Amino acid sequence: MTAGHQHGGPAAAAQRSGTPAWRLIATLAIAGAMSGWLIASVYRVTLPAIERHAAERESAAIFEVLKAPASWDTLYLVGDALTRTAPETRGGPKIPKVFEGFDASGNRIGVAITAGEPGFQDVVTLMIGFEPESGALTGFTVLEQKETPGLGDKIERDSAFTGQFAGRTPPLLGVKDRAGATPSEVQTITGATISSRAVIRIINNAVARWSPLIAAWDQGGAK
Amino acid sequence: MTDHPTGTPATEAVFIPGAPPPATLPADVWRGISRENPVLVQMLGLCPAMAVTNSLANGLAMGAATMLVLLGSELFVSLFRKAIPGEVRITSYVLIIATFVTVVDLALAASFPDISKALGPFMPLIVVNCMILGRAEAFASKVRPVRAMADAIGMGLGFTMALAAVSGVRELLGSGSLLGVDLFGPSWEPWVFMVMPPGGFLTLGVIMLGLAWVTDLRRSRAKAVA
Repeated sequence: MTAGHQHGGPAAAAQRSGTPAWRLIATLAIAGAMSGWLIASVYRVTLPAIERHAAERESAAIFEVLKAPASWDTLYLVGDALTRTAPETRGGPKIPKVFEGFDASGNRIGVAITAGEPGFQDVVTLMIGFEPESGALTGFTVLEQKETPGLGDKIERDSAFTGQFAGRTPPLLGVKDRAGATPSEVQTITGATISSRAVIRIINNAVARWSPLIAAWDQGGAK
Repeated sequence: MTDHPTGTPATEAVFIPGAPPPATLPADVWRGISRENPVLVQMLGLCPAMAVTNSLANGLAMGAATMLVLLGSELFVSLFRKAIPGEVRITSYVLIIATFVTVVDLALAASFPDISKALGPFMPLIVVNCMILGRAEAFASKVRPVRAMADAIGMGLGFTMALAAVSGVRELLGSGSLLGVDLFGPSWEPWVFMVMPPGGFLTLGVIMLGLAWVTDLRRSRAKAVA
């Protein structure tokens, strides 16, 4: 308003034309450095807990889709073949993984894979369990989805829908009623047809993609 | 604590244009909850008030997260109010706000992973919640840190209460539950519409309508008495 306030706050400072440029730069540089330091410190403190939660979520999903395996191994996809050793990838893209589940006596009871494709609103990511020998599913669980609350999110919460996948053999076919006429039919959810079909499509594509890779790994011998 | 002719807060050393009038700390807190409620009166922060209020747990979590960001931001804006030149103040405020949003986001992911997952993409968007930048510019940059904190607590509580009201109604009607506890049993057919975006607009509109009606009623009653 009036000129000549020498010790004004920010608003008064704006009235005075010409705060020296070095002060503007210095302010932002110092603020940026402090902000960066604070975020980096908090990141370092919270990282172990965040990684632990992610690992817990993954373990719980494997445990669920493979129907409580006694133990499991992780295989990594490198190039176009599976390998047991994790390649070095610091900060690189995530490596696709396969989890082999075993029962108490060491027999493989199935493999679990993760796969994501667009649903109704955003990418739906699933953990899918199946038996590579017979090709039959053991189950699936939703890792991430942002489908319509109350409708599309039933792919996660409707047990009548999620429960019917165990024992079915992909490629699956979604039907509106009379499900179960063949071993590959599953019933879609009324009001969530697109989300249901997305689940079916994700499972079909994932099993079709991973089956040959796992077969090749088995052929390569249990080294 | 006089020196009132210009309405300048006596506690401030210098005159600052547009500074908020002096008030007690409880009054600074109460203002955000009632007369200047950010959502219901100022109509700021309407995005989160509708986007994440489809369950009471999400509404409360969003309110708490926003309040923490508000506390940190208002405190730092007030502390550095004399050091930040006016030309770069908005940039500096956004930087401070963004820092606290990231810190709260990380802390939430580390301590409450389920809530963090539910809020997902809406957490980083607190940066552009105009309520926070608004309080930094209109209040925190012109008062002492204590008053800024009181304002942050009041505005934060007012925001949380508004979100709780909207999300409580939406969860009750849209899912038949509160905080995930089923209240009406299996015979209740949930109004799915209420947990979808239109339900947010409708609920917020009805709450504001009700509030305006009550205010109007009180005003006319006060007039009748006088």
